[in-house]
Amino acid sequence: MDTTALRLFLKRLFRRKLVLFGALVLAAVVLLAIAAPWVAPYSPTGMKVTQRLKPPSMVNWFGTDEFGRDVLSRIIYGGRASLGIGMAVVIASMLAGTTLGLLAGYFRALDGIIMRIVDAMMSLPDILLAIFLVAVLGASAGNVVLALAIVYTPRVTRVVRGSTLVVRELPFVEAAHVLGVSTWRILTVHILLNVASPILVQATFIFAYAVLAEAGLSFLGAGVPPEIPTWGTMIATGQQYADQAVWVVLFPGLAIVLSALSLQLVGDGLRDMLDPKLRKAL
Amino acid sequence: MFTAITRRLAGMLVVMFIVATMVFFLTRLAPGDPASLMLGDQATAADIAELRKTYGLDQPLLVQYVLWLKEVATGNLGQSIFLQRPVLQAIGERAEPTFFLALFSILIAALIGIPAGIASAVWRGRHADQTVSGLAMLAASIPSFWLGLLFIQFFAVRLGWFPVAGYGDPGAGLAQRLYHLILPATVLGIVNSALITRFTRASMLDVLSEDYVRTARAKGLPENRIVLRHALGNALVPIVTVVGLTAALLVGGAIITETVFGLPGIGNLVVSAVLRRDYPVIQGALIVIAGIYVMINFAIDVIYTLVDPRVKT
Repeated sequence: MDTTALRLFLKRLFRRKLVLFGALVLAAVVLLAIAAPWVAPYSPTGMKVTQRLKPPSMVNWFGTDEFGRDVLSRIIYGGRASLGIGMAVVIASMLAGTTLGLLAGYFRALDGIIMRIVDAMMSLPDILLAIFLVAVLGASAGNVVLALAIVYTPRVTRVVRGSTLVVRELPFVEAAHVLGVSTWRILTVHILLNVASPILVQATFIFAYAVLAEAGLSFLGAGVPPEIPTWGTMIATGQQYADQAVWVVLFPGLAIVLSALSLQLVGDGLRDMLDPKLRKAL
Repeated sequence: MFTAITRRLAGMLVVMFIVATMVFFLTRLAPGDPASLMLGDQATAADIAELRKTYGLDQPLLVQYVLWLKEVATGNLGQSIFLQRPVLQAIGERAEPTFFLALFSILIAALIGIPAGIASAVWRGRHADQTVSGLAMLAASIPSFWLGLLFIQFFAVRLGWFPVAGYGDPGAGLAQRLYHLILPATVLGIVNSALITRFTRASMLDVLSEDYVRTARAKGLPENRIVLRHALGNALVPIVTVVGLTAALLVGGAIITETVFGLPGIGNLVVSAVLRRDYPVIQGALIVIAGIYVMINFAIDVIYTLVDPRVKT
């Protein structure tokens, strides 16, 4: 993309100030997580027994937790696990959902069975299906990713199938057929490129849902082991001290809210830009 | 019309069959033998073999699967390993708080979401619309357990207006029990209002551009009458659908909120079953919850088929 196209792209994406706000917050959160060892004021695991449950101050901006650990540093490090898990869930569910959606949308014979399975999975609340899968697979960061990827794959499948059904009837696909282009190439080049924008929009929303769901699973004790700092495990272990030190719960939660909100704002902006027909659907 | 309903019914059975199949085979992926799990660490090999026989666990997997499907189809969801009672009974005992929580939550969500969505659509693109859209997105970004913990801190611990947790003492009256649901229902209502707001807005925008709305305007009808009678009346179908389906998802989706507020509901049952690896309870709860969702979905479809002349066979 040359610079003019890029400038046009950014100008259209950030036409609404809220979208710009979302993108800036998201960039800040991601950069903080990546640069954690350099920007975190303290070690995320360094305990100071004399400094237990200290309220926010100039020394510890977000206060300290029950072991005297710096809450801000733990949030910055926690972003690595929380956002990393979210990212992995997005990649896995996009790959699986796009494949299944293309197959269901293009091959009539597969449509019925794939979509019935999608219906069955979507008849269960996300968090319930996720906790069941983690229970079966065992609680670990990898299995949380796998479980959440399975939970969100049906959503992607639905969107991709819907778009594929429309695109496959368009003249250029027919033309490719007539010219003898292979089915594989039609699917992976002609159709996939034309359903890419709804997939991209879904990806940002699923990222937000995955961050929220990971926190929920960790909170229930069916997610990431409590010794790994994630925003969810911080709230889970902090809740029993919430009476005396509300900051141990407040700030990790704000990190979740800000991340999920900024992801949804960016997703909303992308949708506005890529699909004008959907604009009124908020 | 009759064939449409029959076809929906068949589709619903297929979905339930797939849910049951999924639940059965996924549970078998779990590490550890169910029989040794049931008996605990002290069991001898002979005890385990005996129990495997009683439960048919020594049969080939496919035979077990067919037997299990037969049991599920006749409404037998098995025995809880830890609670010493049938799964269905355990679920039934926990149904009340979950039912009322879902009901109150959806009422609050609809009371927030429908007016907000209407306002957003009527003032499309203006400040009110931007504010409502932003707030809806904010609501969808809040983890319910976190909001619950903050509500407990503020409204229960600091102000003392509401109980901190639980569902009243044993033998508490209905009013006392329902009083315990105000805070959790408010939390879930706020979080779930986002989706209803979005749907109401989209649905209202669709109808506000219809010819009959323009005709009503041309007749000089007052604007609020046009919005509330002509437009809302016709926009209601998708709104009712999303309200109904959200309510159905709340039955099993409130597990985190139930845990935060210590409510002895179905979600709480599932969480403790997961932590204790009580697989019959997990399986049974999943089937019951999926069943409720599928039935509400079916009911909505049937009502439309009956009410809306445009929905043809």
